[in-house]
Amino acid sequence: MITRGWLLSDDPETRMQARLGVSYRLARDLMRNPLAMVGLMIILALLLVAAFAPWLAPYSPVEGTLADRLQPPSAAHWMGTDELGRDILSRVIYGARITLMIVLLVAIISAPLGLLIGTVAGYFGGWVDRVLMGLTDIFLSLPRLVLALAFVAALGPGIENAVIAIAIAAWPVYARIARAEVLTFRNSEFLDAIRMQGASRLRIIARHVMPLCISSTIVRVTLDMAGIILTAAGLGFLGLGAQPPLPEWGAMISRGRSFILDQWWVATMPGFAIVIVSLGFCLFGDGLRDVLDPKQRSRG
Amino acid sequence: MTRVLPAAQFLLTLAVTFLGLLAITFVIGRVVPIDPVVAVVGDRASIETYNATKEAMGLDDPLVVQFARYVGQVAQGELGTSVSTGRPVAEDLARVFPATFEMATLGIIIGVALGVPMGVFAAARQGRMADQIIRVIGLAGYAIPAFWLGLIGLVIFYAHLRWVGGPGRIDFFLDGMVPTHTGLLLVDSLIDGNLEAFRSALSHIILPATILGFFALAYIARMTRSFMLEQLGQEFITTARVKGVPERLILWRHAFRPIRVQLITVIGLSYAGLLEGSVMIETVFSWPGIGNYLTTALLNADMNAVLGATLVIGAVFVGINKGSDALYRLLDPRARA
Repeated sequence: MITRGWLLSDDPETRMQARLGVSYRLARDLMRNPLAMVGLMIILALLLVAAFAPWLAPYSPVEGTLADRLQPPSAAHWMGTDELGRDILSRVIYGARITLMIVLLVAIISAPLGLLIGTVAGYFGGWVDRVLMGLTDIFLSLPRLVLALAFVAALGPGIENAVIAIAIAAWPVYARIARAEVLTFRNSEFLDAIRMQGASRLRIIARHVMPLCISSTIVRVTLDMAGIILTAAGLGFLGLGAQPPLPEWGAMISRGRSFILDQWWVATMPGFAIVIVSLGFCLFGDGLRDVLDPKQRSRG
Repeated sequence: MTRVLPAAQFLLTLAVTFLGLLAITFVIGRVVPIDPVVAVVGDRASIETYNATKEAMGLDDPLVVQFARYVGQVAQGELGTSVSTGRPVAEDLARVFPATFEMATLGIIIGVALGVPMGVFAAARQGRMADQIIRVIGLAGYAIPAFWLGLIGLVIFYAHLRWVGGPGRIDFFLDGMVPTHTGLLLVDSLIDGNLEAFRSALSHIILPATILGFFALAYIARMTRSFMLEQLGQEFITTARVKGVPERLILWRHAFRPIRVQLITVIGLSYAGLLEGSVMIETVFSWPGIGNYLTTALLNADMNAVLGATLVIGAVFVGINKGSDALYRLLDPRARA
C-alpha cells in the first residue's frame, strides 16, 4: 500500500521504498516550480508531436502543390506554404522528429563519454588526471560552434556528421563536472570499505563512483539541450547539417531567407519552433538544477 | 620569486593550450577525405609519380614530424593558400579581422552598458515583476537562434521601418571611399573627417552589434544578478542599512564594488563568446568579417581557409579567456592565495 507517509518515511525498510521516496520528493519539489512545469509541458509536447507526426500533420512534409506556393498563413495552411508549395506546419511537425533525434543522439554520445573521462580522471588522480583534464581543457577552451563547424568541414555535411561534431564539442563540460563531483568524495570511507572488500577499480568507478555523478550530469545535459538545438539549427542554416528535403528547422529558415522580405512566414515559423523548444529545455533544466542541486539554488 | 612563478606557470599553460589547439586543427586537416597528393598530381598519375610526390610533400614522414613541421609553419604565420581567394590565408584573415573586432567590441559595449544595470536592478527587486522580466530576457538569450533574430531584425528595422542600413558594412556607393588606417570603419571615417561615411557605417553596424550585444547581455545580467544577491545577503549590507545609508548607495557603492573584479571574468567570457556568435550573425548580415570568411570557406571546402580561421578564432578565444583570468588573479587578492 503506497501512501504519502510511506513515501516520505525517514527510515525506509527497503531500498525500493527509499528510491521511490526520493523520486516522490523530487517530483513534488519540481511541481512547485511553475516555470519548470511549463518547460516540462513543452518537452512533453515535443515528444508527443514527434511520436504522432504522421497523424498530426495535415499534409505531406516533402510533397507540395506548386500551385499553392508561398501562400500566407490561412485556415488551410496555418503557417503558410514554402517555395515548393509544401505546408510549413506539416514540415515543422516532422522537423520535431529530427530535432529530437539530434538532441538525443548528442546526449547519448557525449554525456557517457564525458562522465567516463571525468570520473576516471577524478578517481585515479595523478598523471591520468593531468593528461585527461589537459585534453578536456583544450577542448573546453575552444568555442563550441567553431569546433563543430571545423569537424563538419572535415567529415562532410549531413545529419550524422553534425551529430558527431556537436558531440565532440559537447563532452568536455560533462567531464569537468563529473571530475569536480568525484573530488568531493574520492577519499570518503564508503569507497575505502568497497576497496577493502576487494572490488576492482573498474567496478568501483562503474558501480559506485559514476552513479553519484549522474544527477549533476543530467542537470547539465538538460541545460545544454538548448545550446545543442541552437548549434544543430545553426549547422542546418549554413547547409552543413540535415540536407534537403529533410524538414530540419534550421535548414528551413535558411530556405526562407531568400524571400524573407515578402514572404516572412517561411523563415519565421520554424524559428518559433526552435525558440519554444529551446526555452522548454532551459526552463526545465533550471528547475531540475534547483531540485537536484540545492547548493546552486541561490546562484540565479 | 613569488611573482615570477605564477607568470611562468601561466605562460606554460597558455603554450600547452595553443599546442592543443594546433593539434586539433592538425587532426581535422588529416581526417578530410580529400587526398592531398591526388589533388596535386591528378587521379591519372602513375603510382611512381604518386609516391614520389607524396614523399616530396613530406606526407611519408611520421605524424610527429609532420605535426612539428605544421607548428613551425604556423609559428611563422604561414597558413597555406586559400583555394577560393587564391591569396595566402594569413593575409585574408588579417584583412577580415578588423570588421569582426569592430562589431564584437560594439556588441560587448552594448551588452555591458545594459546588462550590468539590469542585473543590479534585478537583484534589488529579487522575486518581483522586474526580476522576472529580466530573467525571461536572460533565458531568451539562451533559446533564440542568433541567425533567426538577425533575419527578423533585418525585416523589421531595415525593410519595414528603414531605421538602419542593410547587410554589409557601409552603403555600396561609399564602399572603398574610406582609406584604411585601422580597418575599423567607424574610426577610419572619423580620422578622415568623412561624416557621411561615418553615419552610413554606424547605421550598418548598429543592428548586428545590438543583436550580438543582446546575447552578451543575457549572460552578463544573469551573472551580475547572482553576484549581487550574494553580496546583498552579507552582514555588512545589513549594517549599512541599519546605519541608514540610502538604498541606491548600498546597491552601487557597497554591494556593486566588490563584484567588479568578478565581472571582469564574466565580461571576458562573453566577449570571447561574441566571436562565436559573430559567425552566424556575419553570415546573415553579409558582414565581411572572419565568421563570414569561415562559413564561405566551409561551403567551398576550402580547408586551408577553414583551419586558418578556426585557428585564429580559437587563439583569440583562448587569449581573451586566459587574459581575463590573469587579470582577475592580479586584481583580486583572494584569488592569489
